Amino acid sequence: MTTTTPVMAPVPPDERRLTRTERRAVAAKNKLSSPAASIIALVIAALWTVPTLGLLITSFRPELDIRRSGWWTALSDPQFTLDNYNEVLYGGATNFATLFVNSLVITLPAVVIPISLALLAAYAFAWIKFPGRNLLFVAVFALQVVPIQVTLIPLLSLYVDAGLAGSFWTIWLSHSIFALPLAIFLLHNFMKEIPASLIEAARMDGAGHVKIFFQVLLPLLTPAIAAFGVFQFLWVWNDLLVALTFAGGAPDVVPLTVRVAELAGTRGSDWYLLAAGAFVSIVLPLVVFLSLQRYFVRGLLAGSVKG
Amino acid sequence: MTMRARGRRSTALAGGLGVALVLAGCGAGATSGGGGAGATNASDLELDCAPYEEFGDLEGETVSVYTSIVDPEDQPHIDSYVPFEECTGVEVQYEGSREFEAQLVVRVQSGNAPDIAYIPQPGLLANLVAANAVVPAPQQVEANVDEYWDESWKNYGSVNGEFYAAPLGANAKSFVWYSPSAFADAGYEIPTTWDEMLALSDQIAESGAKPWCAGIGSGDATGWPATDWLEDVVLRTAGPDVYDQWVAHQIPFNDPQIVQALDTVGGILKNPDYVNGGLGEVQSIATTEFTDAGLPILDGSCFMHRQASFYQANWPEGTDISEDGDIFAFPLPPIEGDTAPVLGGGEFTAAFNDEPATQAFQTYLSSPEWANIKAQVSGPGWVSANTGLDVENLTSPIDQLAAEQFQDPNAVFRFDGSDLMPGEIGAGALWTELTNWLATDKQTQQVLTDVESAWPTS
Repeated sequence: MTTTTPVMAPVPPDERRLTRTERRAVAAKNKLSSPAASIIALVIAALWTVPTLGLLITSFRPELDIRRSGWWTALSDPQFTLDNYNEVLYGGATNFATLFVNSLVITLPAVVIPISLALLAAYAFAWIKFPGRNLLFVAVFALQVVPIQVTLIPLLSLYVDAGLAGSFWTIWLSHSIFALPLAIFLLHNFMKEIPASLIEAARMDGAGHVKIFFQVLLPLLTPAIAAFGVFQFLWVWNDLLVALTFAGGAPDVVPLTVRVAELAGTRGSDWYLLAAGAFVSIVLPLVVFLSLQRYFVRGLLAGSVKG
Repeated sequence: MTMRARGRRSTALAGGLGVALVLAGCGAGATSGGGGAGATNASDLELDCAPYEEFGDLEGETVSVYTSIVDPEDQPHIDSYVPFEECTGVEVQYEGSREFEAQLVVRVQSGNAPDIAYIPQPGLLANLVAANAVVPAPQQVEANVDEYWDESWKNYGSVNGEFYAAPLGANAKSFVWYSPSAFADAGYEIPTTWDEMLALSDQIAESGAKPWCAGIGSGDATGWPATDWLEDVVLRTAGPDVYDQWVAHQIPFNDPQIVQALDTVGGILKNPDYVNGGLGEVQSIATTEFTDAGLPILDGSCFMHRQASFYQANWPEGTDISEDGDIFAFPLPPIEGDTAPVLGGGEFTAAFNDEPATQAFQTYLSSPEWANIKAQVSGPGWVSANTGLDVENLTSPIDQLAAEQFQDPNAVFRFDGSDLMPGEIGAGALWTELTNWLATDKQTQQVLTDVESAWPTS
């Protein structure tokens, strides 16, 4: 590892002088793409993947092997079976397809509702001047601090009073409520980055708020929306706490995660099924993530520059 | 630059491969189907509808049941309600959750309580009664319990002398699992007294093997199997009266009789000649998951494992569990006297309203008819302390043995003490201290004194 200190790209004398930031950017780029850095990145990636690989191997091992030895023993003595997947998919009282559909029915509105509301709110915060705007924005931002656990019982009482308990509405509304502060904050910062001259030009051409929102801003916001969509999708899909609390008492509403949590059986004697259960439940998030990962990475940076 | 591009491509490939593998798993599973069914079809069973007519016309009513019993043990419960549903026209909605204890309290507090909950801890029942959430049991239920249950069970369903919750299922904890075939091969006899059991342990130890295997690991509940050991021995050395005083904290937790009991447990669990067959040294007891701790019996690296009747679900599929099969259990022998006391647990049916349909269903659940129907639709792993239960209806020999213990009028029954103590102790200090006792060889006296000082003062 001692071989190379990255060489600074020599600046040709006739080229214009780079600013200080630009020089730092070039240096950082050289450092990050050096062979040493690449090797470190690969090693970290491999290390981080080992537990997942172990889980995958475990999920295909026979019950007794899982209980008696670690997954690495399967490398020297490979014995694989599909029994675990069979039990996870068809062993339960509730049809697995139903749970999958439930999860989808929960997730899609729980992603669409907060994004739609947050877009409108973010637009207002970013481009409409009204009294108390900054105060209100700080208040919304501060809501992120509230831990969702303290809201569970009061929210559930409200739902019970409103007669919503045991329906999909409780879960949709709860996820929307919990997602909105972050969604508004992220989308607001993204919208603020769009040059004001663009909005002013549209206004000069006679566009109103509706036209500006749909025809000028929305196309520019697609990456931010997709990024937050992926974010929220993963969060809702993997959620157990909200579903367990609010879908309680309605077995036909519960999502996949509740079934996975119950896989181990009343006294935990079936824990060997958990690896298979975990893999079944991550199929869809994996597909979503792989197909949208470009947006996801871009979205992580969204709003991080401006505060 | 080229390196980075290549790296990205191979990650995508690995991800895609993972998805393909999982999808292959789903596809292959689809061909074989599955799902077990109970021994008997519930709708074929007869039920006398007369006891439920006094609750009036219940057609179209629903009763919701919330329990900690989940798949696969839940299906026999659901099946066992069918005759009642046919009699009365009531629809019973069953819901089980492993997060039952926490979620039940959340629901009760937000006004979303189920009609009936099966509560496994009398302590939780007392809390809910104190919060005015539970209604007392109707007199039909009380009559059933008076007639068919041992009085100690009724006491555990009562709070401050008022009877709230009828017992439902039960499990017997005072069992030692062993392998009948291995015992027969080696010429070992099943011990009937504690001394015989120690003599047998010595005999096995002299042959070079380890007689006992144990494990108290259980996630964030690590330590509970050790509390069962202690309770079982307190019942045997100090007797049921001292046991009751100890659980109720009328004598100090570190009373000399309890110290003596824990030392008796240590005579087995902390004896390096006796443990931990196939798993390691004494310390390995603290790190071995209880679900796996008995499995070394199967390959002969251990001979005895003390665990409850429900441990039968942990033997791998295909294990012959019977009196002369691969695996069976004998009652943990008494130290004094002839009859072994029985330590156990169970659920209680608490009702959160007094609707006629709820009360009718409570009555059904407390009846011997239900116990027998449940026994017939259940697979192995279910037993009730209802004396009206016909032992022949139980499917597994170990359940039959447990039911016989419960029905034996001479056998003293006591509920698992750690479920009766305050949560800070029974689900806290006692677990951690007993884990230290095994893991770090903490002294017996010190362990019990530390639990005593952790006891809540109010």
